[in-house]
Amino acid sequence: MTSASPGLTWRLVDKHPADIPVAADQTHAPTVLDGATGRGVRVCVVDSGVERDHPAVGRVDGSWVVVKDEAGITVEQTETGDTCGHGTACAGIIRRVAPDCELHSVRVLGERFSGTGDILLAGLSWAVRQGFDLINLSLSTTRPRFAEDLHALTDDAYFNRSVIVASAHNTHVESFPWRFASVISVGSHAEDDPDLHLYNPNPPVEFFAPGQNVEVAWLGGRTIRSTGNSFATPYITGLCARILSNSPRMTPFQLKSALYVSAANVH
Amino acid sequence: MTIEALPAGSTADPLALELLQSVVDVARAIFGAQASSVFLLDEEADELVFQAVSGRGEGQLVGRRFPAGRGIAGWVAVSGEPMVVDDLSANASFDRSLAESTEYVPAALMAAPLVHGNRVLGVLEVLDPVGQARGSLPELELLSLFARQAATALRFAVQPAGAAADQDAGLPVRHRAEAARLLRELEKLLG
Repeated sequence: MTSASPGLTWRLVDKHPADIPVAADQTHAPTVLDGATGRGVRVCVVDSGVERDHPAVGRVDGSWVVVKDEAGITVEQTETGDTCGHGTACAGIIRRVAPDCELHSVRVLGERFSGTGDILLAGLSWAVRQGFDLINLSLSTTRPRFAEDLHALTDDAYFNRSVIVASAHNTHVESFPWRFASVISVGSHAEDDPDLHLYNPNPPVEFFAPGQNVEVAWLGGRTIRSTGNSFATPYITGLCARILSNSPRMTPFQLKSALYVSAANVH
Repeated sequence: MTIEALPAGSTADPLALELLQSVVDVARAIFGAQASSVFLLDEEADELVFQAVSGRGEGQLVGRRFPAGRGIAGWVAVSGEPMVVDDLSANASFDRSLAESTEYVPAALMAAPLVHGNRVLGVLEVLDPVGQARGSLPELELLSLFARQAATALRFAVQPAGAAADQDAGLPVRHRAEAARLLRELEKLLG
């Protein structure tokens, strides 16, 4: 028999309710987010990197890259920016929605083609260990061999108050980790309202946000227009950052409830 | 229509080449585009290779290579996700590796992965589709659906170097002929 980690609690027998008080923020519809700018909330974009000094992104507080070589997989600080523009696009949307949040980047794409599944897992795992409040993952893997590890990782994140906001795949295929209940999963709606989010009564995709023909930051300090769940996801990440900046003690399940009760189709 | 020699590491089956050319011709017709291309992923070299081209660049691009994992086509290859971008003309630096290799910077671009099982075989790209085909979710869906069909053709048309572990015997000859016939009919329907 192996002994459990001392931090784990299996039952409440030696303590009483008064011994475990919880200082909480109430769950309510964040109808008034005026003045909520994401200040104090740490957000990490796990993607292709983020371009430095992009006017639509502004300050990037930390840039990291996952490196795979003969010695294994490591995460290192990097001065390089973005290899294709996708990560910069996500960061720009988060910055637009939550202008004062702290933004970090870990690059998991753009080195070599091979081994992208384990590099994604390593980058996400690193971000969870850093304890970021929010992790934007506009990526997924279709490879089932990573599903179990990703599931365990997203559960760890959930219980440690690191909320992973994950894009659903754009086509009808099974991929991970957006399929797991411990993340906030996001797809696109086709409405014109740039500030509209909806709850999906038929999960596993739980929320829909603007993802059609969205103006996004791109390489060279420019912007382009693009379409896809990738760009709906950082909208929800930014919204979460605003909610958390008003109510920093919210748990991941409260945060999800706040998104639910504030969705335009939930009455 | 031009069919060029395939790059090293692939097999050149005339029927397969015709299928691939038909894929890019049909993709171009569906979206009223200036050009369409299929790229093969060469994992050994970590590069994407032009495999078939319709429209602008036809006759001169097949066989050209650029680094996988960079640019929009690279992101599509590594992420396995389709992508639609517009307003590129205001952004000449959007994808330098591709622009340099094609000598043509489009205003809009759609790209979808060609997937077999969990493996990305390559990328289908459509350049400068007509206005109404740009930037909407239904077009992203249509492109992805068509890319699935193209991947089926690519699967038995080309066997990339290093793919031995994942090879299968391909479709029987009669199924291949049927697939070719269906694609030719689709091409005719689209004019």
